[in-house]
Amino acid sequence: MDSGFDFDVIQRSWVYLFREGMSFTLTLTALAMAGGIVFGTLLAMMRLSSMKPVAMLAGGYVNLMRSIPLVLVIFWFFFLVPYIGAWVIGARDPIKVGAFWSAAITFTMFEAAYYCEIMRAGIQSIPRGQVWSGYALGLDYWQTMARIVLPQAFRNMLPVLLTQTIILFQDTSLVYVISATDFLGAAAKVANRDYRLVEMYSFVAVVYFVVSYGLSALVRRLQERIAIVK
Amino acid sequence: MNYNWHWKVLLETEPGGSGTYLHYLIVGLGWTLVTALAAWVIALAIGALVGTLRTTPLKWVVRLGNLYVEIFRNVPLIVQMFLWFFVVPELLPKGLGDWIKQMPPPWSSYLPAVLCLGIFTSVRVAEQVRAGINSLPRGQRMAGIATGLTETQTYRYVILPQAFRIILPPLTSEFMNVIKNSSVALTIGLLELTGRARSMQEFSFRVFEAFTAATVIYLLTNLIVVVLMRALEKKVRVPGLIAVAGAPQAGH
Repeated sequence: MDSGFDFDVIQRSWVYLFREGMSFTLTLTALAMAGGIVFGTLLAMMRLSSMKPVAMLAGGYVNLMRSIPLVLVIFWFFFLVPYIGAWVIGARDPIKVGAFWSAAITFTMFEAAYYCEIMRAGIQSIPRGQVWSGYALGLDYWQTMARIVLPQAFRNMLPVLLTQTIILFQDTSLVYVISATDFLGAAAKVANRDYRLVEMYSFVAVVYFVVSYGLSALVRRLQERIAIVK
Repeated sequence: MNYNWHWKVLLETEPGGSGTYLHYLIVGLGWTLVTALAAWVIALAIGALVGTLRTTPLKWVVRLGNLYVEIFRNVPLIVQMFLWFFVVPELLPKGLGDWIKQMPPPWSSYLPAVLCLGIFTSVRVAEQVRAGINSLPRGQRMAGIATGLTETQTYRYVILPQAFRIILPPLTSEFMNVIKNSSVALTIGLLELTGRARSMQEFSFRVFEAFTAATVIYLLTNLIVVVLMRALEKKVRVPGLIAVAGAPQAGH
């Protein structure tokens, strides 16, 4: 470093970083969290199903996703989604899908495997008697799940689900490998344009740290409150 | 879906001329394992130390340990990778920084990747070690002191041997995480398995063959690690000592 730490480059670019980059990162995180929890809960219900093929299908999917690196999954879906899209709408050639939607599908599918394992533990933590009394009242499987089991499972697992979401927030930075302009991607563009790598990457690290640390402190407080209520 | 599979591509010669694409990927697996193993050594050493220190009664040591854990847990892995690769050499004394930057490839990426992965994983190991020690009944520590052992001896002969056996299963998944996480090193130019699958796709235009081959290799590696670790768990198990299954954890 010849010229010392240059705060000016951060001052010049932070509006761009947050408006373009951070909004991409946060939207992606929110979408993947919502999709991942819904799909993950369905997977957990499938894994706990008494129908063997259904349970095995879900188990196979979850184990596959958990065995390969996220970077490889991102590459897979980046190339696979255009083919799946063409197949769904019946087009002959692969359709064009932007980096954002490709990433949104990737993270939903990938995180679902992790949310599934959390929800599975959550569902299993509910005493069997709760399910039986649901059936005894005349509710069917879906009613018992939706009204009795899942609300309690969600509540018990809320801190772990949120911690997983903080990890998801950090992991979305890997969309760098498909050249998406998330927070890190935006910073990398500025860093390479102005040749200010030290400043930009340090700034990115500090921002990620502040957000993740703040959120995990909130989760810890929530955990304490839930623990007292129980 | 209209995709014509062409599996024979694996036996074609890769443009670098080192052999077939399959051989090219296997060498990538070698780099993945060499990176992961070196990082794992660092992670175990620092993780065991920091995790243990965080259970001692020394307040300021605990605080220092917590600080270390929070810093490296709350910054994404890829950002840490960039810090080690782009930022650290600039902050070091000029001679040392230049020496690192001028190392011949792949070593100039390998060294930052190993340090980054090692320290990133050490935080997770430290958490496991701390949880393992805290899961032991308090009576174990008291009994150690009561028999006349010093604090250090109690850790060495009573607490740590039990704690490490308890956390062996979560450590197995941490080891598999290092193998998976080493793929992030492709962003700083290390051609490990995922990086090579990506370049094979760029050279040969056989997208799904390349990624399928890499996926199968990762699955086989995982399988081997699981089998080996189960054998290790069986070998070191203390008869009669039943470990309690931990609560579900978030991960990636």
